[in-house]
Amino acid sequence: MPMRHKDLLGLEYLERDEIELVLDTAVPMKEIFTRDIRKLPTLRGKTMVNLFYEPSTRTRTSFELAGKWMSADVTNIATSTSSVAKGESLKDTARTLEALGANFVVIRHQMAGAPHLVARTVKASVVNAGDGRHEHPTQALLDLFTIRERLGRIEGLKVAIVGDILHSRVARSNIWGLAKLGAHVTVCGPRTLIPPDVSRMGAEVTCDLREALADADVVNVLRLQLERQKKGLFPSIREYSDLYGITRERVEKCKPGVLILHPGPANLGVEITEEVAESPNAAVHQQVTNGVACRMAVLYLLSGGGRPGEVVA
Amino acid sequence: MRLLLKGGRVVDPRNGLDETKDVLVDDGRVLTVDSGIEAEGARVLDVREKTVLPGLIDIHVHLREPGREDEETIETGTLAAARGGFAAVACMPNTDPPLDTGAAVRFVLSRARETGRVRVLPVGAITRGLAGAELAEIGELRRAGAVGISDDGRPVTNSRVMRHAMEYASMFGMPVISHAEDVHLAEGGAMNEGYWSTRLGLPGIPAAAEESMVARDIFLAELTGARLHIAHVSTAGSCELIRRAKERGIRVTCEATPHHFTLTDEAVAGYDTNTKVNPPLRAARDVEALLQGLADGTIDAIASDHAPHTTEEKEVEYELAAFGMIGLETSLALAITELVRPGLLTLEQLVERMAYGPASILGLDWPGIAPGAEANITVVDPDASFVVDPTGFASLSRNTPFGGRRLFGRVVATIVAGRLAYEACEAAV
Repeated sequence: MPMRHKDLLGLEYLERDEIELVLDTAVPMKEIFTRDIRKLPTLRGKTMVNLFYEPSTRTRTSFELAGKWMSADVTNIATSTSSVAKGESLKDTARTLEALGANFVVIRHQMAGAPHLVARTVKASVVNAGDGRHEHPTQALLDLFTIRERLGRIEGLKVAIVGDILHSRVARSNIWGLAKLGAHVTVCGPRTLIPPDVSRMGAEVTCDLREALADADVVNVLRLQLERQKKGLFPSIREYSDLYGITRERVEKCKPGVLILHPGPANLGVEITEEVAESPNAAVHQQVTNGVACRMAVLYLLSGGGRPGEVVA
Repeated sequence: MRLLLKGGRVVDPRNGLDETKDVLVDDGRVLTVDSGIEAEGARVLDVREKTVLPGLIDIHVHLREPGREDEETIETGTLAAARGGFAAVACMPNTDPPLDTGAAVRFVLSRARETGRVRVLPVGAITRGLAGAELAEIGELRRAGAVGISDDGRPVTNSRVMRHAMEYASMFGMPVISHAEDVHLAEGGAMNEGYWSTRLGLPGIPAAAEESMVARDIFLAELTGARLHIAHVSTAGSCELIRRAKERGIRVTCEATPHHFTLTDEAVAGYDTNTKVNPPLRAARDVEALLQGLADGTIDAIASDHAPHTTEEKEVEYELAAFGMIGLETSLALAITELVRPGLLTLEQLVERMAYGPASILGLDWPGIAPGAEANITVVDPDASFVVDPTGFASLSRNTPFGGRRLFGRVVATIVAGRLAYEACEAAV
C-alpha cells in the first residue's frame, strides 16, 4: 500500500494504517545503519531540495542523509544565502524549484501552512519539516517509532507531553499520531503555554506536572524557547524550571522504566537536566538515529514505494 | 429619462408596500407607484416575478482610491456596488493619503462624480493620519461631505482621544464608527483564537480583543451622549453588550458582515488566505449570536467591509497575507441565501438591515419608493441562483472565499437617482 497523498504535510491528514506503514517501513530502513556501505539505489535519479527558512541542524542533516543513503541528489537551500533574501515570495521560490526538476521539497518554515502553499504550487512531493507551531510530522513519526522500539507497543500507553504546548509543532504532531495509534495523551505546561481547546484534539490537559507524570509510560519533554519569557508568558526561567523541569528526583517518582524523549536541541538544566537526558531512561540519541530511518521510509513511500510484494532494501 | 418598472413585487416596509405594482421614474425621481401604469416614451423594464426594493446601502467599503488603484478604484468599486444591488456606498478613510482633510474628501467626491456608478458617501478620519493621537478637522470633513468619522482598520487606542472625538463629532451630528480591537490582545494574530487556531497552529485573536473595546466605546458613548456605531461586529459577547446598551438607551448602532454571519473559523483549515479577515471569522456560537442579533434588530445593518487586495498580497503564507475580503458582489445574495430563504429574516427586515438601517446610521434622507422621492431602487430576483465566479467580478480584486458557491438572489437592476446604474442583460424588453 503506498501513501494516499502526494505530500506529507502533517499527521493530522494521515490514517492510522498509513502511520503504521511508515513505522513498519522504517524498521528495515534502520538496518542500513549496521551496514558497511550505507547506500540504497531506491531514489537514484531523483532530486531532493531542502528548503529551510529556519535554522536547523538535526532535522536538515537527517533529511539530507536519508536522501543521500537512498541515492537521491540532495541540495540544501538556506534562505539567508538565496534569492529569498532578495524578497522572492515563497510561491515563486516553489515554482523555481519545480523548474529545477525537484522531485521532493522538504520545507521548514516559521509560519503555519507554508508547506501547504508549496504543495499546491508544485507537482513535487512536499515534506513538512516543521511549519510554525502547526506540525512537524517526521519528528512525531520518529517519536512513535522510538516508543514502539523501546516499549514494544503504542496502543494503551500513557504519554505526557510537557512544556510549551502553545508554540509546539512537535506537540501537535505527537497528539495526532499518538491518538490515532491508541495512546492516552496528556499535555502539561503553564496555563499561558496551553493553547485553547487542545482537548478537542484528543489530549487531556493539566498544569500540574506531578499529575502528568504520575502514571506516564512516556514523557516527551519539549524545548523551551527562552525568548518566550520576554513576552510575559512565564515570569522567569528559574520559575519555569522549578515548576516544569524534568529532574532525576521527578523521574524517580515515575513508573520504573519510564521512557524520556526530547526532540532536541535541549536547554539542559531548564526543561530537562543533563543527568536525565543522558540516563538509561532517555532515548535522546536513539531518537536522532531513528529520525533518519523514518525519513527514509517517508521518502520511499512518497516516491511510490510500498506496493504489495515490494522489497524495501 | 423615464423608466418604468413593470409588474414587480414592490417591498418597502416604510411606505407600507408589499404588492405587485408598477413604478414610474421620471427625471431622477419616483413619479408614481401604481398598478397598470402606461407611460409614453418610457424605457420599460419587465420585472415580473422580480422583487423591487428601496436602493440598498453598504455603509462599509474600501474603494482604495486614492493610493491603491491597483486593488480598486472608485469607478470599479462603484460598478461592483451597482452589480451587487447597492445604490450607495460609504467608503472608509484608510486610503493613501487618508481622508483626514476636507481636500481629500472633496477629491473622493469629485472622482465619484466623474467615474462613480453609485452614490459615494465618504467617511472621514477620526484622527490625523489615522494615527490615533490628534483629532482631524472634523468640522471641515463634515463641510466637505463626510457622513461619519472612523479610523477603520485601526482602533483609537487612547480612550481620551476617543472620548473627545465623540464629543466633538456630536456637535455635527456625525456618528463615530468604531473599529473595536484591543491591539495588544490581537497582536500577531491571524485568525480567531479557539480550537481551530490551536489545530492549525496559527496565532489567535481572542473574542475579548473585540469585546473589551466594544465595552469601552459603549461606556464612552454613555459618557458623551454621542452616536456610536460599531463596525463589523463578530462575536456573541459584542452582540450581548450592544443589546444591553440599547436597552439602557445608549445611542449605539452596529453592523455585521455577510462573511461573519455565514462562515466560521473552520473555513481557515486549508490555509486559504481569502479567509483571512479582521475581525477574524469566529466560532459557531458567534455566528449563531449574529443571526439572532440580525433577527431581533440588535444588529442594525448588514455591511460588506469590502476590502480589495491583489493576488500578490494574498498568495503568500497565511500569517503574511493581508487582512480582508471583497463582498460588494456577493453581499445581497449571501443575505438572501442565508437569512431570507431559511426564514430568519423577512424581506421587509432585509430592507431594514440593508437600506433603512444603514441610512439612519449615517443620517441620510432615504425615503424609499415613494412619489417625489429620489429614485434609488434595487431590483432582485430572490429565486434565481448563480455560482459565484470571482473572475467575472467588476471589482479589480478577486479575494473572496465564496468562489464556487451557489447563491440565490440575482441582481436584475440598480437604479441610482433615476439612472440605471446596472441592469442584467435579460431585464431589458
